[in-house]
Parts: sequence; C-alpha cells; structure tokens
Amino acid sequence: MEQLLYFFELFFGGLTRGSIYALIALGYTLVYGIIELINFAHGEIYMLGAFTAMVVAGVLGVYGLPSAAILIIAALCAVVWVGAYGFTIEKIAYKPLRGAPRLSPLISAIGMSIFLQNYVILAQTSDFVSFPQLLPELPFLEKIGSIMGESDFIILVTSTATMIALTLFIRYSKTGKAMRATAQNRTMALLLGIDANKIISMTFIIGSALAAIGGVLIAAHMGQINFAIGFLAGMKAFTAAVLGGIGSVPGAMVGGLVLGLCESFTTGYFSGDYEDVLSFGILVLILVLRPDGILGKAKVQKV
Amino acid sequence: MHKLLHVLAACAVLALSSAPALAADTIKIGVAGAHSGDLASYGIPPLRAAQIIADEYNAKGGLLGKQLEIIAQDDQCKPELANNAATKLISDGAVIVMGHICSGATIAAIPAYANSKIISVSPSATTPALTKGGKNPYFFRTIANDDDQARLAAEFITKKLGKTKVAYIHDNGDYGKGYAEAVRREIGNKAAVVLFEAINPDAPDFSAVVKKVRKEKADVLVFGGYHPAASKLVTNMRKNHMDIPLVGPDGLKDEQLIKMAGKYAEGLYASQPQDTSDLPSHKAAHANHVKKFGNDPGIFYYNAYAATLAIVNAIEKAGSLDSQKIIDALHNDFVETPVGKIRFNSLGEPVGVGLSMYQVQNGKFVELKDSTMMLN
Amino acid sequence: MFKTRIIKALLAALWFMVLTFPIVGIQVNTTARNINWRWDRIASMGIGIFVLALLWNWCFERKALGLPIIKKLPDSFHYSFNELQNRPLFKKGLPIAILAAMLLMPLVSSIYQTNIMISAMVYVILALGLNIIVGLAGQLVLGYAAFYAVGAYTYGLLYHYFGLTFWACLPLGGLAAVIAGFLLGLPVLGLRGDYLAIVTLGFGEIVRLLLLSQGDITGGPRGISNIPRPSFFGMKMTLDQVTNYTYYLVLAGVLITILVISRLKNSRIGLALQALREDEIACEAMGINTTRIKLTAFMLCSCWAGFAGVIFAAKTTYLNPASFTFMDSAMILSMVVLGGMGSISGVVLAAMLLILAPEYLRAFSEYRMLLFGAVMVLMMIFRPQGIIAGAHRDYHISENIREKASPEDEEGNADSAERASA
Repeated sequence: MEQLLYFFELFFGGLTRGSIYALIALGYTLVYGIIELINFAHGEIYMLGAFTAMVVAGVLGVYGLPSAAILIIAALCAVVWVGAYGFTIEKIAYKPLRGAPRLSPLISAIGMSIFLQNYVILAQTSDFVSFPQLLPELPFLEKIGSIMGESDFIILVTSTATMIALTLFIRYSKTGKAMRATAQNRTMALLLGIDANKIISMTFIIGSALAAIGGVLIAAHMGQINFAIGFLAGMKAFTAAVLGGIGSVPGAMVGGLVLGLCESFTTGYFSGDYEDVLSFGILVLILVLRPDGILGKAKVQKV
Repeated sequence: MHKLLHVLAACAVLALSSAPALAADTIKIGVAGAHSGDLASYGIPPLRAAQIIADEYNAKGGLLGKQLEIIAQDDQCKPELANNAATKLISDGAVIVMGHICSGATIAAIPAYANSKIISVSPSATTPALTKGGKNPYFFRTIANDDDQARLAAEFITKKLGKTKVAYIHDNGDYGKGYAEAVRREIGNKAAVVLFEAINPDAPDFSAVVKKVRKEKADVLVFGGYHPAASKLVTNMRKNHMDIPLVGPDGLKDEQLIKMAGKYAEGLYASQPQDTSDLPSHKAAHANHVKKFGNDPGIFYYNAYAATLAIVNAIEKAGSLDSQKIIDALHNDFVETPVGKIRFNSLGEPVGVGLSMYQVQNGKFVELKDSTMMLN
Repeated sequence: MFKTRIIKALLAALWFMVLTFPIVGIQVNTTARNINWRWDRIASMGIGIFVLALLWNWCFERKALGLPIIKKLPDSFHYSFNELQNRPLFKKGLPIAILAAMLLMPLVSSIYQTNIMISAMVYVILALGLNIIVGLAGQLVLGYAAFYAVGAYTYGLLYHYFGLTFWACLPLGGLAAVIAGFLLGLPVLGLRGDYLAIVTLGFGEIVRLLLLSQGDITGGPRGISNIPRPSFFGMKMTLDQVTNYTYYLVLAGVLITILVISRLKNSRIGLALQALREDEIACEAMGINTTRIKLTAFMLCSCWAGFAGVIFAAKTTYLNPASFTFMDSAMILSMVVLGGMGSISGVVLAAMLLILAPEYLRAFSEYRMLLFGAVMVLMMIFRPQGIIAGAHRDYHISENIREKASPEDEEGNADSAERASA
C-alpha cells in the first residue's frame, strides 16, 4: 500500500513537471514543424514570460487586487507580451535568414538567446527575485495533499486545458489548418494562397504564448525566478520535443509527460544525482536509435 | 621549422632571465581579493577596512616608527589570477597579506606565500582544506570554516532537536556538498543517514526528491547549498505537507530566501557567525566606515577589519617584521576586534569567534542565543 | 521614400517601447511595495530603436540591391586587401611581423597580460580544431567543450593518480579525446545537420554532469588542484619564467595547428570535407564515403580539443567541471562562425578578439554579453561568411571557361545547391 502510494506521489509529481516541459516543448515542435528551425531562444521566451508576469503581478499587488485576479491578469499580460516578443524575435533574427544555409539561423538563435538573457540582467537584475505567492488554496485537495498538492493540481488543469485548446485550434480553425498545410508542404501551401509569413509569425506567437504559460505556472509554484531559468528548462523541453518526435504536436505533449515521469521515477527509485544525465542520455539515445521520436514520422530526404 | 625552434629557444632564454628586486622603507601590507569583476562586492569592503586601519595608524605616527602602506592586488576570485596576484605582492615587497577572499583563489595563492615565508590572513575563505592537518603554518583566517558550521549543525540536530534520521541533500557544488559531507561526518553514528543525494539547483522543482525524503521517514533535512535552491526546496516540502525541520549553512541565511519562500520559510534553520554588533569595537569599525565612505559597510568588512587589526597588533607585539615572531604573536595574543576577542590556534583558525544558529521566525532570521558555539 | 522610412522607423520605435515596457520600464520592489516607473529608459529605448530601425531598413535595402552594407571600407578594403595579399612583401612580411611581435610580447608585458594571451591562444587552438568539422565539413558540433574536458581531465587525473608529467599526458590527452570522438562519432555521424548538433550538445552535458557526479574519481565540484605547470627538463623555474615558457609552448602549439590545418585544407581529406559541406548528397554520389570522412574529421577535431585541454589544465593548474559548460562550447563555435568558417586567419582573429576584447573593455563589461549576442545575430544576417571569408578554391582549366563561370557565380550556385538540399 505504502509502495503504491509512493508510486502515485512520484507519478503526479512527474506529471506536473512533465506538463511544464510539454508546454515549452510545443513551442519547439511547432516552429520546427513549419520552418525546420531549432529555436534556441525558446527557453528565454519562457523566462521572459515569468519575468513579465512577475512585474505585472508586482504592480497589481501594490494596488492591492485580490490574488486570483492578479494571477489571471499577470498571466494574460505575460501571454500577450511574450507572444509579441516571439513575433519580434522571428522578424529580427530568423526571417532575414530564410533560405540561408541551415547553420545560420541556428547560430542566430544562440546569439538571440544570449542577448535576451543579458537584456533581462540589464533591465531587471541578475539576482534571484521572488515571485509573489498567488496560487489559491484549494481545501478539497486536503485529503490527497501528499499525492497532489494545490500547485500540482492547478498546473495540471491549466496545462491540460491549454493543450486541448491548442489541439482544437490546430485541428479546426482556419489558421490551424493553414499551419498544418504549411508544415506538410510549404511550396504547395504557397501555391494554394496561404501567406507563409503570416503563418510563421502565428506559429511563433502561439509557441511563445504556451511557453509563457509554463513560465508563469512554475514561477507561481516555486516563488522565484532569475534570468537563467530558461536554459535548463529549454534544454529539457527540447529533449521532450525530440523524444516525442520533433515537428509532431501530440508528440511534444507525450514527450514532455514521459520525460517528466522518467525524471521523477529516476530520482524516486534510483538517485537524484542522475536525473539530468538520464534526460540527456535519453536525448542522445533517441536521436541515435530513432531520430523521429515516439510519434514522429520518418522523413525521406529528397534531392 | 628548425630555425623557428632556435628563435623560440633564444626568446625563452631571454624571458627567463629577468628578476625583480625591491627595498622597503614603509611596512607594506598586501591586500588581495576580488577588486573588480562579478565578485567585486566581496573584495572591496575588505580593502576599505585595511585602508581605514592603515590611515588610523599612520595618523598616530605609524607602526614601529614606520608608515603603513596598503598595496592591493586584484584576483577577481579566480584561482588562475590569484597565483599571479600573490607573486606580484611578494615581488612588490609586501611583508604580510590580508587575503585572499574566495576559497579557490586562496588555495591557489598560498603555496607562493609559503615559499617566501609570508603570512596571509584571510577574512572570508571558509573551505576546511586550507587549514587541514596544519600544513599551512603561514595561513590564518578570521572566519569560522565550513566544518565549524557543520559541527554546530551536528550538535544542534542531535542534542537540541534530538533527531535520529537525517536526510542530506546538496547542490553538487564545492560548498554545498562539502557542508553536507561534514555534517554527516560530525554526526557520525549519533543519527542514521536515510538519504544522501544531489539535486540540480536549476531544476524547475524538487518534488521527487522531497517525496523520497518523506518515504525514507527522515525527521530532519540537512541542505548544503545556497538560498535560491533552499527556498525552492522548502517551498516544495511545505506544499507537500511535510514539516520536518531544514538545517543549512550560512549560504541559506539571506533575506531573499524569506522573500521568495514567504510563509513556507518559517522555522528554517541556518548557521552564521554570532551577532557581535553590540561590541564596542564593532561599533567603532562601523562608525569609521560611515565617516570615511558615508554608507554602511559591505560583506566581510568586519572580518577583514579583524584580520587587519590582528596583523597590526601582531607586528607591534613582535617588535619586528620577522615572520616567526609575528606568527607567535598571532598564536598567543588576544586582540579586541569587531568579531570578538580573538587569537589563532595552531592550525591558523580563529579562537574566540562565535557561531550561532538562526531561525526564521515571523519573517525574520532570529539568533538562537542558546545554540551558539565558541571556536577554540 | 524618405517619408515611409521615417514612418516605418517611428512605428518600430513605438512597437519596441510597448514591447519592452514591462521589463525595461517597470521595477517593482515587492517588500517596500513601491513601483519605480522608468520612463526615461523607455524614452531612450524609443530613440535608440528609431535610429536602429532606420539603419536596419537601410541595410536591408542595400542588401536587397546586392550592395555591400558599408560602401567604401570593406569593398575597397577587401579589394586592396586581396591585392595586398598577393604582394610578396605582404605575403611574407605580415606573418613574420606578427610572429615577431608575438615572440617579443612576454618580454615586455606583465605576467597578467602574458597569462591572458596564453588563454587567448588556447582558444585559438580550440577554435582552429573545431574549424575542421564546422568550417570545412559544415557539420555543427555544439558539445566541443566535452572533448576539451576529456583532454584536460586526462592530464589532471593521470597526474593525480599516477604522477604523470605534462609531456607524457599531452599525447595521451589527445588520444583520449580521439577515442571519445570515435565512440561518439561512430553512431551519430550519420545524422542530419541539426540532429548532430543536438546529440553533441547532449553528449557535452553528459560529460560535464558525469565529471560532477563521479566525485570519488574526478573530485566532483571540488575539481583537481595543484596540477603542475609544464616542465622544462626538470628545471626549477620561478613563476615569471614558467609563465613565459608556457607562453612559448602555446605559441608553438598555435603555429603547429595552423600549419597542420592549412595543409589539411588542400589535402584529399580536406577537399572531400569541403565537398561534403557544399552538398552531402552530391558528395556521396561522387563516391566519397561520407561517414568515414566525417568520422576522420570528427576525430581530428576532438584530438585538437584534447591537446588544448591538457595545455589548459597545465596553464590554470586547477580544473573543475564549471570550465566546460555549454557556454564554452557556444563561445568556441562563435569564434569559428564569426571569424569565417573554413578561414584560418579569420578564426584566429575572432578567437583573439573574443577573448582579449572583454579583458581590455572592462568599461563595457555590463553590455559585453548583450553585444556579443547581438553581434552573432547581425553577423549571420549581414555577413554570414564571417570577418574573413574562407577562400573557395578556384580551378583554372582554361581562360574561356573561366570567363564564363566567374567566382561569384560559383558561390551563388553552391548556395542554391545547399538550399535545395536543405
């Protein structure tokens, strides 16, 4: 019984972390699906989301709004602004490089990532800052508190809702259909009158907004942020995206959850010393053995 | 290629044949530490402390009839620069050195001082390796080392809290892992080790390890690391309805921790040097800084003030600049400093410096007066 | 025309003022509960962006017209540079002058400066090594610091456990790195471009994490200290002397590296690598065993990282895993890319600039990394070939054919071929 309980504790803990990974991984996978670019600056987008929410929440906190209202407004602001950041970054750092050799946008992305970190250091601070405790208390979780805390519950519910909304959007909306078409065959999509630039911008905005939600959730859960949180989270999320099959939207969700669970069980049943080694080990192994991931489709390279 | 080697060899011979020579008519005290770069905020307050004391003595007519001169060398807290800084100080004629600041830099620098029989007194390097086994007779410090903190923590956990199952978590850093290992060693068989594990301080959350600590039924958690990770850890624990105490080193004692963890920080323990702000010499040191620089002193100022006072006092007592006599004076003579009335033991560790356990109570770190330890 | 430019720039300025408003314009102190509205910063942001946007658009207009960004300087500079390069006096004189300056440098500079120069030269060796796989073969490797670490720890550990000296460890460090390169390269080199980049990145992190967690062997976060500096026939040297000695050793290392790589470039392997860079499929169709060629290049470049690692360990006398992070790999990579992929002089120049500039530009230290990131992006957009472009080999078959296919065309073809394969 105790063993079973422990298993579920680890399971839900892993699910919570995994859903954050999944939210960030979606940004990688969406962008990769459309323009085959590994957006290295995506981890920084997640960090910017947390920072924007922190600033907005701070301002609203001074004016004394109730904490649930602060959380929602701060999260919305983070989503809007970070979407705008994603849009701008694409216009500056990637758009001029369409058609350039594949190395160029990748290097440009690494440069952008360094730039954004230092932008936050200069504009805000290089120290850790506190993120206000805004998550509401949920009395009905008292009984299962050891298995699933309030933050875990909120993170799981929010991210599940977000992912369902995204799936519906991609499946049924006009823009979503255009995105899928562009991902499948860009030339064909262009011929059918789809504005590729618009679709690419849309992709960056949506991907960034998802990362921002992830950023706000984890910051509200842990109560702290700094400029460097994007690196590790970005790397792990990227691993998740590769694990699920980069370019595949359900793949990123599954990959995120699987990675979160793997990490949780490694620490729980083996040792915390090897948590990160495991993630990167998975990354290497998956790429070597099955580069198209769990749900990805093998691509044939055409000349 | 053959010719090139000749040229290289010739240049090498030329380069190897230059040596410095200098004479002294003042007493030169070297001050080494991070005076620029990321960690300048650690190195500048000690430099100021040395200057204040030198000015004070010079106004009174100097030491042994000579003026004191402070010569500063910047090591940016980098081991590879510290050795250079040490060599530079020696060649510039420093008779004694107050520094270095960071542990890594100090480890890199002390062989050079030992070679030239020059004494160094660090205000802030806390790694136990520096004094272990008494292998560095020319090294002294005015701050408690990490093992002392571990001893206090061990005492506190076994005697005061009366806990028997300890879980250790560290951040895989030199400081954090060293502390966790030292506490485990100090506790010995007085309590069981139920868990000893590393976490990555940058991980988004620590939920899995926290659950493991609960499964192992630990009744106290020792964390070796710094305040950002500690804040996340304690938040994770309390949110999972786990209320065993968390004990850590001075890396945790930062007001920022209370801001970040909020109500979850309540009850957390962290050790730090005893609060000596009531001592007259502490007040004097503070007043001197305010008078000269117009603001409150930064970190390590008081330890550096104590180190410089100990140096000057020892030279005065020795009556000469002979290293052995100065070392004897440092070992035997107590001196009133802002961190207490101190001398140094045979290993070079301070005697008379106090360590206390602090606890977060109502959003503030409060010194637990009954859990202090005097170094001897 | 002028009016639309101004309007565009104004809009951009407005956009950025709104965009950066929360992070640049507001600072909240949550404990004191006060908000610091920094309108001055937002205003200067607006003005700055307005100017930059004008410049940005102007640059793109020129780029679209196929004109160089800076009309006078690089063009004529480049032209006369090429001209100059062909003059015998310049061709022989410049390298000799630089070499002489480098040889004399430690005699006049302080230990501190000599030390900085040594680190810069270690990076030159690293960057040149990475240039083999990135510049010549066009394969992106993001975990180069791992091989560097393997070399450095080979020396550190062999000294620590067996007391081996620098000279014994130098070849062993290279060998260990080659083995690591072979073991990693064998399974992964068949992967497509960015997959390879990510695998090497993962490998780099794993090596660092293992060095950190296997504390019983590697010293973990505490690292290994008191590693001896290079010895000279057992002679006892003062710090001054040993620093200068190390300097000359590293300088010799740089020269050997340059020599080897310039030879390699025009060798069979080098040419095969360059063919691989231009078009992998065409290269395979020409009968080149791409995997084997890649593996050779990979092992060569990790070998160089191993040597550089041993030298690094001897130079700092202290090792810990913090010196081998992803940022270090990215730094070395950016030296290759900013210098000009495949160009030896460009890479040397970039490595020197990237290491020395921060040391001598302390005044800008706050903005240093910000500028570094921005420069990486801008270089990719406006000068992807790097500071000094790697020379493409021309084949002179006959005058007639040469006239038909000018070198520019060749480049254009290569570009479009790459695009097609991408």
